[in-house]
Amino acid sequence: MAECGASGSGSSGDSLDKSITLPPDEIFRNLENAKRFAIDIGGSLTKLAYYSTVQHKVAKVRSFDHAGKDTERDHEPPYEISVQEEITARLHFIKFENTYIEACLDFIKDHLVNTETKVIQATGGGAYKFKDLIEEKLQLKVDKEDVMTCLIKGCNFVLKNIPHEAFVYQKDADPEFRFQTNHPHIFPYLLVNIGSGVSIVKVETEDRFEWVGGSSIGGGTFWGLGALLTKTKKFDELLHLASRGQHSNVDMLVRDVYGGAHQTLGLSGNLIASSFGKSATADQEFSKEDMAKSLLHMISNDIGQLACLHARLHSLDRVYFGGFFIRGHPVTMRTITYSINFFSKGEVQALFLRHEGYLGAIGAFLKGAEQDNPNQYSWGENYAGSSGLMSTSPELGPAQRARSGTFDLLEMDRLERPLVNLPLLLDPPSYVPDTVDLTDDALARKYWLTCFEEALDGVVKRAVASQPDSVDAAERAEKFRQKYWNKLQTLRQQPFAYGTLTVRSLLDTREHCLNEFNFPDPYSKVKQRENGVALRCFPGVVRSLDALGWEERQLALVKGLLAGNVFDWGARAVSDTGLILCPSLSFSERPWLVDSYSKWLQRLKGPPHKCALIFADNSGIDIILGVFPFVRELLLRGTEVILACNSGPALNDVTHSESLIVAERIAGMDPVVHSALREERLLLVQTGSSSPCLDLSRLDKGLAALVRERGADLVVIEGMGRAVHTNYHAALRCESLKLAVVKNAWLAERLGGRLFSVIFKYEVPAE
Amino acid sequence: MVAHAYNSNTLGGQGGRIDWACSVEGTSLGGEEAAFEVARVCGDPLSAPGAGVLQAGAVGPARGGQGEKKVGESEGGGEERRVRHPQAPALRLLNRKPQGGSGEIKTPENDLQRGRLSRGLHAAPPAPGMGDRGGQPERSAPYSPGAPVGTSAAAVNGLMHNGFHPPPIQPPLVCSRGPVGGSDAAPPRLPLLPELQPQPLLPQHDSPAKKCRLRRRMDSGRKNRPPFPWFGMDIGGTLVKLVYFEPKDITAEEEQEEVENLKSIRKYLTSNTAYGKTGIRDVHLELKNLTMCGRKGNLHFIRFPSCAMHRFIQMGSEKNFSSLHTTLCATGGGAFKFEEDFRMIADLQLHKLDELDCLIQGLLYVDSVGFNGKPECYYFENPTNPELCQKKPYCLDNPYPMLLVNMGSGVSILAVYSKDNYKRVTGTSLGGGTFLGLCCLLTGCETFEEALEMAAKGDSTNVDKLVKDIYGGDYERFGLQGSAVASSFGNMMSKEKRDSISKEDLARATLVTITNNIGSIARMCALNENIDRVVFVGNFLRINMVSMKLLAYAMDFWSKGQLKALFLEHEGYFGAVGALLELFKMTDDK
Repeated sequence: MAECGASGSGSSGDSLDKSITLPPDEIFRNLENAKRFAIDIGGSLTKLAYYSTVQHKVAKVRSFDHAGKDTERDHEPPYEISVQEEITARLHFIKFENTYIEACLDFIKDHLVNTETKVIQATGGGAYKFKDLIEEKLQLKVDKEDVMTCLIKGCNFVLKNIPHEAFVYQKDADPEFRFQTNHPHIFPYLLVNIGSGVSIVKVETEDRFEWVGGSSIGGGTFWGLGALLTKTKKFDELLHLASRGQHSNVDMLVRDVYGGAHQTLGLSGNLIASSFGKSATADQEFSKEDMAKSLLHMISNDIGQLACLHARLHSLDRVYFGGFFIRGHPVTMRTITYSINFFSKGEVQALFLRHEGYLGAIGAFLKGAEQDNPNQYSWGENYAGSSGLMSTSPELGPAQRARSGTFDLLEMDRLERPLVNLPLLLDPPSYVPDTVDLTDDALARKYWLTCFEEALDGVVKRAVASQPDSVDAAERAEKFRQKYWNKLQTLRQQPFAYGTLTVRSLLDTREHCLNEFNFPDPYSKVKQRENGVALRCFPGVVRSLDALGWEERQLALVKGLLAGNVFDWGARAVSDTGLILCPSLSFSERPWLVDSYSKWLQRLKGPPHKCALIFADNSGIDIILGVFPFVRELLLRGTEVILACNSGPALNDVTHSESLIVAERIAGMDPVVHSALREERLLLVQTGSSSPCLDLSRLDKGLAALVRERGADLVVIEGMGRAVHTNYHAALRCESLKLAVVKNAWLAERLGGRLFSVIFKYEVPAE
Repeated sequence: MVAHAYNSNTLGGQGGRIDWACSVEGTSLGGEEAAFEVARVCGDPLSAPGAGVLQAGAVGPARGGQGEKKVGESEGGGEERRVRHPQAPALRLLNRKPQGGSGEIKTPENDLQRGRLSRGLHAAPPAPGMGDRGGQPERSAPYSPGAPVGTSAAAVNGLMHNGFHPPPIQPPLVCSRGPVGGSDAAPPRLPLLPELQPQPLLPQHDSPAKKCRLRRRMDSGRKNRPPFPWFGMDIGGTLVKLVYFEPKDITAEEEQEEVENLKSIRKYLTSNTAYGKTGIRDVHLELKNLTMCGRKGNLHFIRFPSCAMHRFIQMGSEKNFSSLHTTLCATGGGAFKFEEDFRMIADLQLHKLDELDCLIQGLLYVDSVGFNGKPECYYFENPTNPELCQKKPYCLDNPYPMLLVNMGSGVSILAVYSKDNYKRVTGTSLGGGTFLGLCCLLTGCETFEEALEMAAKGDSTNVDKLVKDIYGGDYERFGLQGSAVASSFGNMMSKEKRDSISKEDLARATLVTITNNIGSIARMCALNENIDRVVFVGNFLRINMVSMKLLAYAMDFWSKGQLKALFLEHEGYFGAVGALLELFKMTDDK
């Protein structure tokens, strides 16, 4: 860890004399290739944004040239794996206190090599104050961007690209944050930015917005007036004072005006009739806490009221709040939410943003990067590189809290293809992928966090084992362990740190951390071996299936899907026991835990489906001996099949590129698959995801187009990650089949069954 | 944001139960306006106890017009003597027996629409020219100088509209001015109450005694009239507003019959301009030569801090106010808060009234009678130009719809569509109480006057952060002028600035902040309700030219001239006047 000490010898040495110790290489990452800088300098915090490329190791699979010829040779792998370097784009956002600005600029200057960047986009109130410093240090020309334009661009960007970006604040809930699923249509909305004053902006489209009003009573009023009244200088301290005060000592309440009669009059006696109405007297002392609280209420209520009046005038029901008054302060989120609920009688929703502090920087960056068209890509929050929403418990003293936020990071990976909703979702706005919200469900959260902690050793071992030739694999694996362990601990304390905590987010975070330390695909070799074994079994399995009668065969196909699914290195129950099961495994007899097989069988007796969309799960036995025979049967029935596999690796899940090789190999053995591939009745597509779970609202655009084009009328989702942890309750517009073997005793018990219980959920949408 | 709209039937006089909407003056967070019902208090003056021996404290017996006399500061301190009075036989004459039935029928709305003003059953005989309305001016010019407007307007209306077919008693109490300039198009807003009609000329008789007897007979035959004294009270969060009607047409005989403590009240109130340490009579607001409930007199406007309420009640007890059998009509939150104290300490039953009803009725009444021949309502011409900005009379004959912004300790905002159709739109807790409260904390001042005086001298731009302080000039992207306030008290975030400003600057900034905020909320309400006239009332505006001009400016500037800010001379007293009007109607109901 390098030390980044501020010189303090600068001309304005007053605020820069603190020497800070930070690991700058962990904060200003990937600076070597950085380009397109943007900076947002606010009253106390600076937000820096840059665009960089990240070099990753990726495992590539490639078919041998002699494909199909040597399958008989038992120990020959079916394809070759090579580790290659891949370059992906990443956005870095760093937030730090203005105090460190000079030190940070120095660090950037020292590490900024090979950049063709000449300009830095700057926004925020401090942009022109620090203009000369930036130009001198970075040798970049400062290009000033309009604050509101940047803010709104940033807001649109996070609302579109970051799942669970917006949340509502619920006073009595634990945790208090309730994250919103991303609405497919983000416009129009009202943005209320509470800086020193208040700006109210109506945003209608990506580029069209209008300042509809404002108020001079804002954060500056709280701060300025608060400083005068309480002699407390810091904003955070004022909030802290306020959180301990009793406003009823200072405010004139309805009960003060009406006496006890307010009850019989049906009035709430606690409503404030006149803010500071009791302080109009010279012969009384008022405590700092009480005055600060009264001031907070006064300002929050006033802003909430104005926001409601504007929302009503423009018929808007979504109001996002931002600005330093809100920024991560539960106290102000609470009072603003109260006010909005009160004045709108619940008709308007007060929404807050996880990355509210970055909006200006993101917007400024986007302004400067227009030629790179960042808006045409999809972006994903990188959980490994982002620090998440800070704990902002009001009980914490300001000192404790401020430290945790000294440096705050957000990294977003560019996904090379745009992601969209699955067109078959019944109601996209209400679709929630995850079955259990671990932010909510403390018991489940505890279980899963422990589960992931306990599995960490195994993951580390496997990561090391996957790179036997690497000298630093052990070291990197250890770093990975530390990083993921820390994430898990953070999530124990602040389950809301990255939005709604789910099994999916825990899995994704682990994948991001593995990638971060160059373990792109720890299971590549395992998958390769298993694919080889399974491919060799394929002809025999197909033969024995073909020998069965129609009805028997249907059951055998389904059992094959389920049995294949048991082979899952991601599930601890399986990997721990090293369970080796053959496809004829006689797992729990019917009726299964969830069993609508009879209905499915009945359906199969009817006309064939037009097109089935299948989300495959694991490599090896699952895809080859479970999914492909099932696919083959559908093809024989005259149903077209779209087989969707992950774009990138996750656990032992089959990737799109692996599926291509597998299909090719199977086609070499099986004329049905062969002709279907040739005639494009069997299509292999990528999901756009690298997660062991499945978010149907973020799927590859090509997949969505194909689903529409082919008129898919059946969706098959297999595996625990995709059909139980996620999508168990997903409602689709067409028939769906969700099947999985519950490979986790705790979850099975929760669902009312035992380990290896079977879920077979066939659903037909209501007419 | 949608307040309950409610038809206020208070003037309908259906007796029994009335739907009230609870309204909280200055209850900004006024969402919980569940309509509630209050049984009307219909105390029969005759059944009131204590009609026997009266215990009246001689409250500084009238010694001529010693204006500066202050009373009520000392208990038993020389000035006050307890005097035993004999039972006053005349009292009964003042306590008219109620006449049943007369006030129970509500005038159909279309009568009002047609502008057919009606009189009570006991109204005077038709005057010449009756019914001959075509093309004639129906009333005297509203602000004709010199004319005793209160009487003339009422008289003209009464005579003009005194129909041959007396319709049922009109519930509303307020005198109405007819359309100006003989136009028939605009219907008068308010029908007349018979009590407010000029009295028929008394037949000429020789002896004063005979005249008096006759008069009494006529009075009792005519109409019940509440016993003196006539008060209307509005007990707010900070100030108590009291209006007192001083009859000036007291005959010698009446004078003789007037019980001692009643007389002492009259003399005390009318001969002083200050009461105790904190009570003030706003002499300049006095409405002279007014006819109310058939009596001629002056309406006095008195205020004192709500914290003196207990002393006031104590005084009422000491002066044995309850022996006068008067009903105290009171509105405002304090009417509820102090009801028990009034009953327990002073043996007085309050007649509690909805404050928004009172506010509106009082406002309409005062505007209709005018301000001693001058207009009650005014606006500021050229509000955006400080040099040319000046006060101008405004004719509020057709006031609907109007947005009524009542600025007391807190602020209530009402959308008024007719005299008894209005809704409370919203309110804010940032009102006069906030201004004064913050000023006291920031500057150590103690009174509203002091705070305003400081504010008048200060400069808020030292305290506030302006748009140009942030952007170096105008913020063109949003069309904001550099001189606009970006952040109230925003400069106070910096220690250096905190050390460099004066108390006067702070007072000014507080005033500007509160005023602009009210203006901004009012403007949004006007937009939402689609109303372009905004009437600002309430004691926050008392002696507060800075705020009035700011509001006038803000309405005009931000609406690009679409909105007009209106003000009224008796800014804070309408609730109390409305309460007094209820006293007449209440008597009428019985």
